[in-house]
Amino acid sequence: MTLRNRSRKTLSYVMLSLTGVCALVAVAILFLMLGYLVYNGWRSVDWDFFTKLPKAPGETGGGMANAIVGSFQIILLATVIGLPVGFMAGIYLAEFGGRTFAFLVRYMADLLNGVPSIVIGIFAYAVVVVPMHGNSALAGGLALAVMLIPITARSTEQFMSSVPQTLREGALALGASKWKTIATVVVPAAYRGIATGMILGVARIAGETAPLLFTSGNNAYMSSGFTQPTASLPVMIFLRATAPYEDWHRQAWAAGMVLLLLVLIANIAARLILSRGIAVQK
Amino acid sequence: MATSAAISAPPPGGARALLQRLRNGDELARLVSLAFASSILLVTVGLIYQLWITSALPRHKFGFGFLTSSLWNPVSGQFGALPFIYGTVITSTIALLIAVPLGVGAAIFLSELAPPRISSTFTFFIELLAAVPSVIFGLLAIFTLVPLMRDYVEPSLKKLLGFLPLFSGPIYGFGYLTAGTILAIMTLPFIISISREALLEVPTEQREAALALGATRWESTWQAVVPYARLGIFGSIFLGLARALGETMAVTMVIGNDPSIHASLFAPGYTIAAVIANEFSEATGDLYLQSLVGLGLVLFLLTIVINAMARLLIIATTRRGSAHP
Amino acid sequence: MKKSNLWLGVFGALAILLAVAQAKVLINAAGATFPYPIYGKWLEEFAKVYPDAQINYQSIGSGGGIRQFSAGTVDFGASDMPMTDEQIGTFKSKPLHFPTVLGGIVPTYNIPGVSQDLKFTPEALAGIYLGKIAKWNDPELQKANPGVKLPANEIVVVHRSEGSGTSFVFTDYLSKVSPEWKTKVGVNASVSWPVGLGGKGNEGVAGVVKQTPNSIGYVELIYVLQNKMTYGSLRNAAGVFLKADLESVTEAAASVAKTMPADFRVSITNAPGKKAYPIATFTYLLIPSKIDDPAKKKAIVAFVHWMLTDGQKYAASLAYAPLPKDVVAKEEKQIALIK
Repeated sequence: MTLRNRSRKTLSYVMLSLTGVCALVAVAILFLMLGYLVYNGWRSVDWDFFTKLPKAPGETGGGMANAIVGSFQIILLATVIGLPVGFMAGIYLAEFGGRTFAFLVRYMADLLNGVPSIVIGIFAYAVVVVPMHGNSALAGGLALAVMLIPITARSTEQFMSSVPQTLREGALALGASKWKTIATVVVPAAYRGIATGMILGVARIAGETAPLLFTSGNNAYMSSGFTQPTASLPVMIFLRATAPYEDWHRQAWAAGMVLLLLVLIANIAARLILSRGIAVQK
Repeated sequence: MATSAAISAPPPGGARALLQRLRNGDELARLVSLAFASSILLVTVGLIYQLWITSALPRHKFGFGFLTSSLWNPVSGQFGALPFIYGTVITSTIALLIAVPLGVGAAIFLSELAPPRISSTFTFFIELLAAVPSVIFGLLAIFTLVPLMRDYVEPSLKKLLGFLPLFSGPIYGFGYLTAGTILAIMTLPFIISISREALLEVPTEQREAALALGATRWESTWQAVVPYARLGIFGSIFLGLARALGETMAVTMVIGNDPSIHASLFAPGYTIAAVIANEFSEATGDLYLQSLVGLGLVLFLLTIVINAMARLLIIATTRRGSAHP
Repeated sequence: MKKSNLWLGVFGALAILLAVAQAKVLINAAGATFPYPIYGKWLEEFAKVYPDAQINYQSIGSGGGIRQFSAGTVDFGASDMPMTDEQIGTFKSKPLHFPTVLGGIVPTYNIPGVSQDLKFTPEALAGIYLGKIAKWNDPELQKANPGVKLPANEIVVVHRSEGSGTSFVFTDYLSKVSPEWKTKVGVNASVSWPVGLGGKGNEGVAGVVKQTPNSIGYVELIYVLQNKMTYGSLRNAAGVFLKADLESVTEAAASVAKTMPADFRVSITNAPGKKAYPIATFTYLLIPSKIDDPAKKKAIVAFVHWMLTDGQKYAASLAYAPLPKDVVAKEEKQIALIK
């Protein structure tokens, strides 16, 4: 083998091994970080974390019961508003859409998807917090709903569109109207994908912090109703992590672990649902 | 119940006819779903409108000067966007400089070299990384990355490259470089996942042709496969960039919160998203608050442009890729 | 889909139950981080005495407190710096300032190898924050601390990133002792800091200093004590180096207790007196003079009254100085102004 060929071969081995290293580094980062988080979180989480309210600064103990419930309140609001709207919009895009209007809606949905969450927070602030004269779970929920709608719409559309036309035509040929076809044939056929899209969307907004900072704010107590400032897990993590108190750091790790586990479980579950069932048989 | 013939017939006009159409379940379904779909339009238009009118004061007061002034002084009522634009661009650039080689390299490995089982397992885990919330990256960054940068990485860089203004000055741990690094970690999964898909779309003939001509494995990958997929790879880079520009929490927690422009990467700085997160709830006075909203508008426009470019590139790839059976 | 409906239902019911369960008066307050440890303690104790009210205090900084108070998004605010005439002018009826406790702002630092208390001259502190004194072993610092071996490391300066009453008091002091600071930077809640990192809240600054070697920051005394951080002494107007403590902070207010203006807005930095700590301050509750909701009014009045009597007993244990008796008497009279 000539020297040139040998050096080319060596280069090939080196570069290809480097790519392997890159892949390894990428996965290693994931495991190292999450491992560290779970390790710290595991040591920090206790029963009090889930049941007690936070204490005054400097005092040890207490927990984040209000933040856990608050997060559920805000996410509940966001899903109640966002999922139906997104779902119906997705149906429109997949089944009824005219050329230009559907294109416009799709374009806007993608646009909205790319907007940084803090800007959406500004919008929710102007539209809810200012007229209401205060922070509220409603404002936070709305901000998250605005993020959830386009995600849900596009994923619903994607999975509805992938249902083969033959199924629709078969139903229509049997005398079903269009809406009945959609409701009883197409949606059930695509339901795995739609459900996956919804779960992933909710998991995505569950971890959002930025839009909540000045919409739902924070609350030292459980927030009653949706018109009061409400604590949430991501905001608490932010506040606790940037403080000097060791006990607060401990709580930040615990909260981080809980949040991460919820998000990861939702993601893994969604992917399993999708891979388990292929949406439609050919 | 209407038959398929009735569905394909054009709907009659007029108010009475409207009611008649509504009785037709399909038309109702169409209108209802149309209403929901229009809400997306309404929200987007509303968002842009709200951003525009709530940033009127600084626009009238400073005009274009808002974008070019580097003075951010709430006391004297001077608000310039430049330090934040600078910080946003610098941290995103650092993020890409780290994430692109790493990400494209990993994508090449996962699409070309790895056996399918390993490829899909690795990809599964890397895509999970994309789902991790920003505040958790921030939490980890404060306690792991900041000390690492402060005690090991930045001093070594200073020793080696301290003659460059980029690597001079005091070392804080918090600053542009740390923020850029955590952004790189957050951008990595997007670049890997999309580039990998673009690379998988490349027809095997490309690879085989190069190998047949005597190329080494690397040469065939680098010179035949990757260029074919370059549109998708660029698309992934733009998408990663769009994500990095808007990233708030992780950056806020490690950037050092200094609204000025510094040459050194070790110095603290600020990004648009970070300053809004920190100062929005307590901006006293309308001009201050509206200047922050103005910054939000700038960020919004920036991310729209980058996202649009990313989508165009990705569409171009899939169109090309789908031409192949 | 059905299972997720079930979960939605469960949490929906929970949320609704919570909404119904609370029949309490909900009061929202926000503001200074400076007194947050004691306000947190007070609210815990007050809730035992007055269980019908739930007062939610968010420590977001004095700037935020004033802003939210002015915007009406909270029922009352808290700030270390008194509101300016301009800020007061935005109200239909003039808001009331109620001093709660006295606190001291200390220079806290984290220098590897130095565990002693350092002495800071006003020139040194101003020089550090102006960026003119860049290293710990600068002659100005070494001069005041002859017995300590200061390393040649670069000083990492930490200040507040948001509008802060603590910053206001600190810059007020620096302006009094350093003409250069006064012209170059000035006094305000949020200034254009010549150097340094920004931390969010007293908590944030303490957090950064605690984990960053060679750093210096200015925080309220209790944060330093609770986190076992090192802090230095300052030379006061009489030339004596003092550390912040109950005695020196109380002494700083002694000179103004009798001549306190009717609305309590006063600065006590760089106070005369041999035992007076130079960076001390009152911190205020900002209460509207007209509260429409009778239940909220009752609760807030009760809280202010409790704060002036029982609340003061908790101050010392958290290293805040209780209010002088004359000031308390004047404040009790001011409560009557809340309609």
